[in-house]
Amino acid sequence: MILFWLIAILLIGGLLAWLFEKVNVTAVRVISLLALLVDFIMIVIFWITNYDSIKLGINNDWITEINWNWIPEFGIRFHLAIDGLSLMLIALTLFLGILSVLTSWSEIRERVGFFHFNILWILAGIMGVFLSLDLFLFYFFWEVMLIPMYFIIGIWGHENRVYAAFKFFIFTQASGLLMFIAILALYFIHGSQTGNYTFEYEALLGTSLSSTAAMWLMLGFLIAFAVKLPAIPFHNWLPDAHTEAPTAGSVILAGLLLKTGAYGMLRFVLPLFPLAAKEFAPIAMLIGVAGILYGAKLAFAQTDLKRLVAYSSVSHMGFVMLGIFAMNQLAFQGVIMQMIAHGISTGALFILVGSLQERIHTRDLNQMGGLWEQVPRMGAIGLLFTLASLGLPGLGNFVAEFLVLAGSYQASIYITVLAALGLVASTIYSLRIMQKVFYGNKVKEWKLNDFNSREMITMGSMIIIIVWLGIFPQTFLNTSKKTMENLISNPNRIKIVNNVKQNSFELSNKLIFPQGYKIQNDLNISYISFNKKIMGER
Amino acid sequence: MNLFPILPLIILSGTSILIILLIAVNRNYNISFGLNLIGLSAAFISLFYISRELPQNISNFLIIDNYALFFIGLLIAASFTVSLLSYSHLKNYSGSREEYYVLLLIATLGSSVLVCSNNFVSFFLGLEVLSVSLYILIAYTREFQRSLEAGIKYLILAAASSAFLLFGMALLYAEYGTMNFIGISMGFKSIGVTPLVLTGFGMMIVGIGFKLAVVPFHMWTPDVYEGASAPVTAFIATVSKGGMFALLLRFFFTINGYQYHSIILIFSIIAIASMIGGNLLALFQQNVKRILAYSSIAHLGYLLVAFISGNKLTTEAVTFYLVAYFITIIGALGIVTILSNKEKEAEDLDDYKGLFWRRPLIAAIFTAMLLSLAGIPLTAGFIGKYLLLAAGIGSTLWLLSIVLVLSSVIGLYYYLRIITAMYSTKGDVDEKKLSPVFSVGGSIALAFLTLFLVWLGVFPSGLMAMIKTFVGL
Repeated sequence: MILFWLIAILLIGGLLAWLFEKVNVTAVRVISLLALLVDFIMIVIFWITNYDSIKLGINNDWITEINWNWIPEFGIRFHLAIDGLSLMLIALTLFLGILSVLTSWSEIRERVGFFHFNILWILAGIMGVFLSLDLFLFYFFWEVMLIPMYFIIGIWGHENRVYAAFKFFIFTQASGLLMFIAILALYFIHGSQTGNYTFEYEALLGTSLSSTAAMWLMLGFLIAFAVKLPAIPFHNWLPDAHTEAPTAGSVILAGLLLKTGAYGMLRFVLPLFPLAAKEFAPIAMLIGVAGILYGAKLAFAQTDLKRLVAYSSVSHMGFVMLGIFAMNQLAFQGVIMQMIAHGISTGALFILVGSLQERIHTRDLNQMGGLWEQVPRMGAIGLLFTLASLGLPGLGNFVAEFLVLAGSYQASIYITVLAALGLVASTIYSLRIMQKVFYGNKVKEWKLNDFNSREMITMGSMIIIIVWLGIFPQTFLNTSKKTMENLISNPNRIKIVNNVKQNSFELSNKLIFPQGYKIQNDLNISYISFNKKIMGER
Repeated sequence: MNLFPILPLIILSGTSILIILLIAVNRNYNISFGLNLIGLSAAFISLFYISRELPQNISNFLIIDNYALFFIGLLIAASFTVSLLSYSHLKNYSGSREEYYVLLLIATLGSSVLVCSNNFVSFFLGLEVLSVSLYILIAYTREFQRSLEAGIKYLILAAASSAFLLFGMALLYAEYGTMNFIGISMGFKSIGVTPLVLTGFGMMIVGIGFKLAVVPFHMWTPDVYEGASAPVTAFIATVSKGGMFALLLRFFFTINGYQYHSIILIFSIIAIASMIGGNLLALFQQNVKRILAYSSIAHLGYLLVAFISGNKLTTEAVTFYLVAYFITIIGALGIVTILSNKEKEAEDLDDYKGLFWRRPLIAAIFTAMLLSLAGIPLTAGFIGKYLLLAAGIGSTLWLLSIVLVLSSVIGLYYYLRIITAMYSTKGDVDEKKLSPVFSVGGSIALAFLTLFLVWLGVFPSGLMAMIKTFVGL
């Protein structure tokens, strides 16, 4: 039930926030913050209580799940489930959600209620994406998060907002619909093979596809995720959307929406189409590397600070693409770390840019310079996060990129060499930010205040996490380990279990032990994984 | 002959005669409006009484079965909603207002005859009853040049297309010697598709395609949508097109047209042309009613995809989509109605600038309707589009499915244009330009439509189960 409430609280909170708009603007902010805090505390407690069992991998594939009938006529179920991977992403979602409410505290002054309604509904949609185990439900949430984002960019964005909002929406919607066709095709292929028409993830894992069909369907899924990620050549909605969105929008876009693409590849593309993905992997890795280098090059060329950070996202997400298609444990763990570390570090940079813009009303790098004297706190924090972004050891991004490179080295040495060059490039553009904004000569005399206490709280919490990620990455690696092992060790694992279930056990056992059969099965699985654990440690 | 099963049709015609008589004695707008609502409700309720002894053939012309029952119910409900929306719109009209409801009832009757006909005679009869009342409804506010122009345009084109239809029917009759749908399916088997039959079918497709407004028979749509008053436009978009589509589906299933590839090919070409053409033409329109007109062309194209698929999902998908489309388009045009005043309809894109900040509720409802047209989740349109795609992919119609998807992305652009206008912060429209009359009936109707829209988008199971029990061909 916790999964249902995580989403429901945000949806209800969003509606309440909208209703309270007429009453009191502060009430709106407080309600949104409370809804997010309650959710965040819930998920943190859930994480802590389940940490040991996740680490040992003694529970089932899913820590907890809910599975309700939704549209039984078409085998559509309301099936949410959480494992280590989604747990971390949910926590990230809520954390960044809280921060985006905090950063818009003074930035958003118009139509505050509707703004927070949109924020909470996007976050609910994103959580739905991370939790859905029914492909129809997944697509449903995938679309639900678009409309509020469209409004956020289109209403509260900067100068060129309408164009950016259109572009964002049409790119994502078009690619999403192609994925929907692939989902439907998979549904019918599976249905015609087994007679069981269902959108259930675990059932569809066992679909046997001809290699051409698998390749086409894989591409259908991949294109949706590649647009979201974004991978070259589908990236060009991103700079516009990120630049024009208000700060909270940019934080959610960079920190969360991009991660749904990576999540989709890990959760759906690899397990559903293992062979096709393997076949496509070299091209995908090349696309990843191209993203790293091209993004970095473009980031270096920008004069608009926000655009610079946006292109740096393209570059960082290249590592994610590279890691996913390197297809080994190290790289996967790196990808997870990159998703979280990038969410935090880029989120922080966007907040920094946002607060600069709020103070001096420009994002033009050529107008800034020598700001450190006036805003030392901002400068120091900016330094920390640009260093994080360029991959300084001790901070989260280093661990992530190191793991990805170590993993991809096993897959392809040449590609890894090219990708490693990206680290050099990121150093160049990151240091350029510091040089242009905080050091150097003063171009203009700006009058601006340093971070206030609310902003220091925001930044402080992000600093804690990014340092934690850099120094104790094991906390996060342990949480995602089981999921990643499953991806690696045997992508068809569930298929085998499933087939056994379907063919031999199900009917007879269900008749004899309507309840007992499942328990027995569960025990079996946990016994096996427990055994594996012991053997592994020896 | 047992006439009990056609009780709803009798009630509809009886009510219209009653109102005509009443007008002769005493013109009273409120009473004729009330009688119209009572007649529609009575016809709707009578559906439950006749449902017990079905299916029934009424002589050789009509068949009352569950399928007919469902669609008659749907058409009556649509007509009821349109009446509610028309009330305040027509109240301030200076000409004679009472006949409007007579025509509405007769048109509903015509469309209802269409959905239960199983013979060319009743088919044509229903079609003409529907068309003739539509001529007048479209040109009802005849002192506006636009309405008159639209009415005449519709009259000429509809008459021409009826002639095609009739000629086509005659050719089929010449070959098979029967006008009954079942007789024609027999003829298909025994005599086969001769050139004469193919020509006949081609001509019938012209007539049917005109009523459905699919490319290349779509020319009248934007002008008529623009010229007719918004409630009448809603009526054309739903009752007229819906009735025709239901008939087409029944006809095709009865004669089992899916085995004739040349006919399927024609429909596929029409579907693709409608999807692409409708969406492209809508892109740069500045008039909301014209946008909706072109988008309706595209939507009929989407419907044809499911129609062509011809598998067990087809009727369900088509019916669900029609229900969703009825709700959505009546809702959208209902908004236009509510925002219009006596002199001017709220149809320019500029009229909607900043609407959200002036009338948040109305703008929110309109947004929901537009998103449903675009097929975004949480609305009935999404489930509808899912069903259409599922039907298409279920029969491996890859080309049609992909065209559906890509063209609906184009469609997204112009729906977003309207939405963007409503949410634009620079709303410099002065309030006086549009002074909507508040109407209780219209507002309640819109509230219910929105409720249905979201309800069907989140819990479609109920309607789907109902469609499954009723609409099996």
